[in-house]
Order: sequence, then C-alpha cells, then structure tokens
Amino acid sequence: MAVPSAAAQAVNTALRRVPAWLLYGAGAIYMAWLFWQALSGVSVEPIDWLERAYGETALQLLVATLAVTPLRRLLGINLLKFRRALGLLVFFFVLAHFLVWALLDVQTLDAVWADIVKRPYVTIGMAAFLMLIPLAATSNNASLRRMGGAAWRRMHWLTYPIAVLGAVHYVWLARGFALEPLLYLCAIVLLLATRLPFRRVATA
Amino acid sequence: GAMALARPAQAQQEPLQPNTLEEIQGYNNFYEFGYDKADPARYAGEMATQPWTVKVDGLVDNPGDYALDDLLSGIETEERIYRLRCVEGWSMVIPWNGVELADVLAKVGVQPAARFVAFETVVQPEVMPGVQAGVLDFPYVEGLRLDEAMHPLAILATGLYGEPLANQNGAPIRLVVPWKYGFKSIKSIVRISLVEEQPPATWNLTNATEYGFYSNVNPEVDHPRWSQATERRIGGGLFSSRQPTLMFNGYEEVASLYEGMDLTENF
Repeated sequence: MAVPSAAAQAVNTALRRVPAWLLYGAGAIYMAWLFWQALSGVSVEPIDWLERAYGETALQLLVATLAVTPLRRLLGINLLKFRRALGLLVFFFVLAHFLVWALLDVQTLDAVWADIVKRPYVTIGMAAFLMLIPLAATSNNASLRRMGGAAWRRMHWLTYPIAVLGAVHYVWLARGFALEPLLYLCAIVLLLATRLPFRRVATA
Repeated sequence: GAMALARPAQAQQEPLQPNTLEEIQGYNNFYEFGYDKADPARYAGEMATQPWTVKVDGLVDNPGDYALDDLLSGIETEERIYRLRCVEGWSMVIPWNGVELADVLAKVGVQPAARFVAFETVVQPEVMPGVQAGVLDFPYVEGLRLDEAMHPLAILATGLYGEPLANQNGAPIRLVVPWKYGFKSIKSIVRISLVEEQPPATWNLTNATEYGFYSNVNPEVDHPRWSQATERRIGGGLFSSRQPTLMFNGYEEVASLYEGMDLTENF
C-alpha cells in the first residue's frame, strides 16, 4: 500500500467527519428528484428517460464502489466506510431501473418474461440484478458475523461479474457507435484490472 | 388535396391526433448530430440549408443540379398527416407538408431501365458532431424500389404544421415513407439517383441482420434485440400505455407492393 501523500491525508481527515448515512439520504433524494423530473416534462419520452437515468446512475455508483480499493492502494485515499452505502445504492438504483422497465415501459408480465428469455441484453441485465440481491441482503454487520469474513468476501466477489454484465448490458443496447456505454465498460475493466495479482518488484 | 388527406385517415380507427411541434422538434434521430435524442435539436441549427442544391442523376432524362425551388416548381404542396413509427419502438403523428415523390420523379423523367431510387444526405462535417465522431459511415444513404417510390403515399416533405422544416427534422427536403421504419425516411437530401441495382442503405450496411433493405413496419417480425409488436406514442407522459403496432404502420394499401414476398425473409 502506498504511503498516503499530504493531499490524501487531508482528504482522509476531511472525510472522517462525514457520516456514511449521508450517502443514503443523498441517494434517496436524487432518486426522487429524477422521478419528479420525469413527471414534470424533462423529456417528451419520460419513461425511456427515467429508465436510462436510473440505469446510468447505477453504473456510476458501481464505478465508484469499484474505485474504493484502488484509491486506497494506489493513492492512500480511504473511502472504505462509504463502500457499503455505495454498494447498496447500486442495488436500489438497479431495482428502480428494473421497476421502471417492467411496470412503466414493458407493462405486461408476459412481455417482461418474453424479453428476459428472448433478448440477450435483457437476460444479462436480469442476471446482474438477481446476483445483486444476495449481496444487498448480506450488506450488514450481522450477516458478515454470521457468514464469517472469508465466506462473505468470496460471495461479494460477485460484484465483479455484476459490473461487467451491467456495462455490457448498456453497450449492447445502443444502435450504431455510442461512446458513453463504452466509457463505462472501459472504466470497469480498468478498475478490475488493478486487482490482478501483478508481481511486485522490490524497489529498495 | 382532399383525396390525399382522406387516404391515411382510412387506415386507422380514430382520427389521428398530431404530436405537438415541441415534441416533433425535440425528440429526433439524426445521427450526423449525435446519438442522443436531444442532440439534433441542440446542434442542427448550425447546418446551412440555403442555398440548397439537389443533384439528380443516373437513369433520368433530365439530370442536373437542381436548386430546390426548381425541383419542386409546378408541383402542388399538400398536407399529409402520417404516423411515424421508429424502429426503436416509439411513434409520433406528424402533419407533413410536401409533394408526392412520384411527381418529382415524373418531372426528372425516369428511364425504363431504372428499378431503384437512391438518396443521399448532406454532410457538413464542421457543424456535425456525429460525423466528426464517426457514429455511422457517412454520408447517410437510403433507397427504395421504384414501385415503392412511385406509391402515392411516399412524399418529399419540406415543412410541417405549415412551417418550413426545422433542421433537426431534415430541412430543407426529406423523404417520408410512412409504412416503413423512420430511418428509411432519409433527411436533408442532396442527391437522388435512379439506378438499376438495389442501392446501399446506411443502417443495412451497419448491421444487415438487424436492419433490412425493406424495413416495412411489421409487428410480427421482431428486431433481433427487441419486440416490434407494440409501440409507445410520444407525448403520453410517464404513465402512458403501449399500443399495438399496425401492419405497414396502418397503411395496408401498400400490401400489394409486396405480394408473393416472404416478409420475414425480406424484412
């Protein structure tokens, strides 16, 4: 682990006073604000707009969650106490994205099921959502104690395939060459690459 | 005239309620300006549309570079209230002003050997962010079989709601083929060629398994990535219902053009 620079230490000191629950509040307000915008004419196609807004926010939070470890390893910035909140917010935004898709966009149960079975980009999105459920359910201290650290960590490695599936889901959706989905995929692949076990070279 | 107005109205049950100008001008696919639906409204204003020249070439009696007014002079402009169904699963109703494509083709004199009509969109890279980014292979090109082009429902639009077209809607002249998915209705046309062989079409070149040359609206043939059975009319708000998509977008009178063709094969 890198020795924290003065700047990193200043960031760590400042963040020590920020409670993690603030993130839940901010996430809930942001989710409600997006919904309100969709209700009040932000787009002439508000269903599609809201579906995308929730999905993109989930991907942004996923990138933030995956950035916590490399930030600590490489720059000495410690955001560990916010990681659970970030991860749970990913789940809630994906849940909201799923509900807007199923209830407001596709609208009938038959069509929802048909899409999940027949459309590969829906299938992988759904798979990522299902994998998020056990992670969200065990994102609490009681579960961590009951499962034990090793088993809990192994299960939460599911985050990595979830992130890749989520990004591919977005890339697959585009017609033609769309830059933004590819940027999310690149960010996620890079953040996962920092976790590969590179051989350390002694520098002393 | 009145005949033309009556024709599309027969194809569906209730009278068509056109979308608002704000909806029609604010939610567009015009990939030259970017792939976000708001990009064309944001950037297309910079496109130069005057003067405008349309090159007419190929198997025609009167080829040449036509000033827009010369190409359309002597042909009556009509209003046509048409459904527009996007391949992505949304739709609008648009009160176009335009001329029948058949009248323009008659004017330039189609030679007997011609079997297809090819169209090309303007490219002005300096004002087109999507061209700079290489979102698709430009210029955008499209084509119709000659009998499709000659059908009285096919028009070249120059306005809507009685106003000249906004740039994001394909000013100053665009194709409207209401029984086909929207991307066939090529915008901001600078070239019309009468040709013998089936011409290339941009989305077909981009992904032939997803976008066929014909691309007739067909609720029974799904896009590989999504169902085409239903559509959502723009402007219904957050809780609007989907509605069934109609065969040929409700314009059943074109069915005879495709008699004997397997529409699943020729999608």
